[in-house]
Amino acid sequence: MGKTILEVKDLTTKYITRFREDVYAVDHVSLSIEEGKSLGIAGESGCGKSTLALSLMGYYFPPLHYTSGDIIIDGRNISKMDPDDIRKNILGTEIAYIPQAAMNALNPTQKIIRFIEDVIHAHDPKMPKKDIHDLARKRFEELGLPSSVLDKHAVELSGGMKQRTVIAISTILSPKVLIADEPSSALDVTSQKMVIKMLRNLMEKGYIKSMIFITHELPLLYNVTDDIMVMYAGQIVEKGTAKEMVFNPTHPYSKGLMGSIIVPEEGTRDVKLAAIPGTPPNLKKPPSGCRFADRCKYATKECRLTSVDLKEFGEGRSYRCIIDIEKLREEYANE
Amino acid sequence: MKNTIRQIFHSPKFLAGFSILAAMLLVLFIYPLFVTGNPLQMIGLSSFSKPGTYVSVYDAINTTPDIMKLPHADEKRLAAKLSDDDRIAMKEWLVAAGIPEADIDITDTDALLELWSDNYDPSAKPAGMTMAKRNYYKRLNANLEAALKGTEVVVSEEDPETGELNQIKFVKDTDYVNTKDVVNVINLPLGTDNFGRDVLKELVSATKTSIMIGLIAGTIATLIGLTTGLLAGYLGGWLDDLILFITNLFTVIPGFIMLILISYGIGQDKRGATTVAIVIGLTSWTWTTRSVRSQVISLRNRDHVNLSKLSGHSLARIIATDILPYIASYVVMAFILQISTAILAEAQLSMIGLGPKTSEVPTLGLMMNWAMLYSAHTHGYWWAYFPVLMVIALISFSLNLMNTGLDQVFNPTLRD
Amino acid sequence: MSNSKPLCLSGKGVTKVFGFGSKRTVAVDHVDFEFHEGEFVSIVGESGSGKTTLSKMLLGLINVTDGQIFFQDKPLDISTRKKKKEYWKDIQAIFQDPFSSYNVFSKVDTVLLDCIHMRGGKHLPMEKKIEMMTEACSFVNLKFAELTNKYPFELSGGQMQRLMIARIFLLKPKILLADEPTSMIDACSRATILDMLMNLRNEIGMTIIFITHDIGLAYYISDTVYIMEHGKFVEYGSADEVILNPKAEYTKRLISDVPKIYEEWDLSTV
Repeated sequence: MGKTILEVKDLTTKYITRFREDVYAVDHVSLSIEEGKSLGIAGESGCGKSTLALSLMGYYFPPLHYTSGDIIIDGRNISKMDPDDIRKNILGTEIAYIPQAAMNALNPTQKIIRFIEDVIHAHDPKMPKKDIHDLARKRFEELGLPSSVLDKHAVELSGGMKQRTVIAISTILSPKVLIADEPSSALDVTSQKMVIKMLRNLMEKGYIKSMIFITHELPLLYNVTDDIMVMYAGQIVEKGTAKEMVFNPTHPYSKGLMGSIIVPEEGTRDVKLAAIPGTPPNLKKPPSGCRFADRCKYATKECRLTSVDLKEFGEGRSYRCIIDIEKLREEYANE
Repeated sequence: MKNTIRQIFHSPKFLAGFSILAAMLLVLFIYPLFVTGNPLQMIGLSSFSKPGTYVSVYDAINTTPDIMKLPHADEKRLAAKLSDDDRIAMKEWLVAAGIPEADIDITDTDALLELWSDNYDPSAKPAGMTMAKRNYYKRLNANLEAALKGTEVVVSEEDPETGELNQIKFVKDTDYVNTKDVVNVINLPLGTDNFGRDVLKELVSATKTSIMIGLIAGTIATLIGLTTGLLAGYLGGWLDDLILFITNLFTVIPGFIMLILISYGIGQDKRGATTVAIVIGLTSWTWTTRSVRSQVISLRNRDHVNLSKLSGHSLARIIATDILPYIASYVVMAFILQISTAILAEAQLSMIGLGPKTSEVPTLGLMMNWAMLYSAHTHGYWWAYFPVLMVIALISFSLNLMNTGLDQVFNPTLRD
Repeated sequence: MSNSKPLCLSGKGVTKVFGFGSKRTVAVDHVDFEFHEGEFVSIVGESGSGKTTLSKMLLGLINVTDGQIFFQDKPLDISTRKKKKEYWKDIQAIFQDPFSSYNVFSKVDTVLLDCIHMRGGKHLPMEKKIEMMTEACSFVNLKFAELTNKYPFELSGGQMQRLMIARIFLLKPKILLADEPTSMIDACSRATILDMLMNLRNEIGMTIIFITHDIGLAYYISDTVYIMEHGKFVEYGSADEVILNPKAEYTKRLISDVPKIYEEWDLSTV
């Protein structure tokens, strides 16, 4: 077992809306990542994936607010740190974040190298420009990006190239954790593959120690990450290794997600897709019992009344459902 | 829709602007109900009378007085008579007469007079004082004594045949008349202008005219801009090129110069307020056209317009239901801005003498023009120009405030 | 390719050129195609391959530069507004972005009522109209009673796209052109939309032209697949034939670039 890089304990964050209603978009989430490992977070839109990504940085801006819990990066608790301190000492060097539409984040009037200078100077104002250029050139070449990109403007690059450039810029300080929120959703399949290859490259070369990858595309998670965590309505409903999660899902929601996988491989056409009916609950007024009960075909009266904690079973696997594993497995087998 | 309106009225900026404008409009409609008459009527024969209440002296004398003995009446009269220069001169005498300077307080009229009556000696000749100066003190003393004595003023009538003066009335210092009993009293809160016209009445009428000019010009500009923008943007092709060419032409030539040329071309006699409004409207539509056009171009290729086309809807219906509602908020904002710029444009035109003809109705710009022509600003007749300035500022302030408020509601990126 | 069903939409040498001189770009380059009645066709290509331009031409929203599109074996004539309107009675579309597909100022019932009116149901009694709308909504698993007085943008992306399908259900066109209807939707709602498109085809028998960049979706849902690269069809045929035995290099690349589950995903190819 490797060293734990990121540990999150019972993290809860909320949005305070205009009408003073609290929306707990991340509800008592715990997770940990070891050195050299990557974690995938899956779920529908509106289930709190992106909010979790924002919360993990410890850098909150309204309407998002911190409520409780700890975020420990490499033995350092950042959950109660001063925002200025986090901005100066944590972001970029400890945690890097790539948002959904990252490729649109590049200022069109500046050359790519200027962004890198900015990022480095924010943390080391004395580093000479020549060193920065050498570092950038070396890093870009190692990651398979042509170093000519450095002297170009963002508009001269294609979508996939821009996305890879943004990833290269945000990891230039070799952060310990990289949080990638749907980094490839807006791209073509080929560009998506390049992005994935680059992320893997970063991990293998040790420029980042661990990665959190967020997407709703399960085949992607299966191929990129070691572990998968499924979120629903702000809570973790199941976690386990990627292979286990895809081929042997336990929670009815995970089962539903896996049922919607479409890949161009033999056998896809013969299986009837099992979609999950309904929509996620409104988190302003979350259901009192199991949050998935309204959409679950195995739900009983009891499900709607009692809320369940994550139950552990097997190595590193846990799920949040009142029904026994054996019974669930039996139900799945009968279908 | 209802929601949007509620949101608009929750915006503090819009609400502030709206209340200022509404209050102003309310005054514009209520004031003429109480104060009737032609605002251009010249009531004064002297120009630039100060703000205040004017009582006819003739009628006041002919009103039966009540006798009152007010405690400080004499003092006030004296105080009004004793100018600051007189007081300083009195002090000089007293110092020369040997009173210590520290004991003299020239602001305390009573104490000063007491010292004066005790120490003044008309026959004394303090060293170094000229004859003229001594005579000045004698006149001052006589004046003061007359004032202190409280003699009656005789009102007499001249006999037209003999030329003899017949005393008909005495006005005592204790006579008071009630202003309500005086037949002719006029209240001029803002005084009169150079022609002797009531400034307040004129201002109310001028504001009304200027807002009307703004509305007419704004409506014309917005209608032209909207129609040309919609046609150019939605239909495209050669029509777009043509409209864009004309728009560019209008944009390149500064609008104000065009305004001056057209106004000059029309001639003083034919320029009524409405004509000026139409001219302003006809020269200021270009920005509306350009922005409506660019918005329509981006809307034209949206999927809901494509779907509407596929559904076989007519061109008119697509524009009315799929395009117009999307740009409505923008057009409303442009309209408000056009009103405010039109009011300012009228003021500018009138300032240089190319505004509406002066004989029909006053406008804010004309009032400024008159005040400037008769040098009100150099003589300190503030009431002739300052209130006009304030009204112009208030109108454009309130309209721009409303505009900013609307912008914040319609443009979510500006919301806090 | 043999197909016993009559031709619905076909094209010979269809070309679209944008711009002149140095800016001249050929978006669609002499493509031939044959779509049969009741067929589920997918057109697969990456962004910039010309598939959206082709779809706009099929819809009659833009003119064809060269070549001819045939509708039911007759050359398609959309030279006047009247003829266009006539053609548009037979074809409908679902677009990629559900959020921009609705007029944000009309409510759900207005959207659906409009469809009934367009199909000559203007004079039906209100109860009958409501019955039709309820039927259309239940076809896509929505509850009409919950949707009245709501605006489309209050729904989720998946629900909006389902409402689009309800529209098509009411309009019953001969051809439905679905331009990436699932690309902006969650993976889990995607399956629902696809199933509903299949149901549309099976129940109403319309021809569905499905445009996508995801070859997996094309394989799952369609009978026939056309692969498009740089404005040309590089390969076409039945779905099994094209995806399980790809011949063109481009098809092979597209397939290899999609993440796999049952096979090893080879990252070394890019």
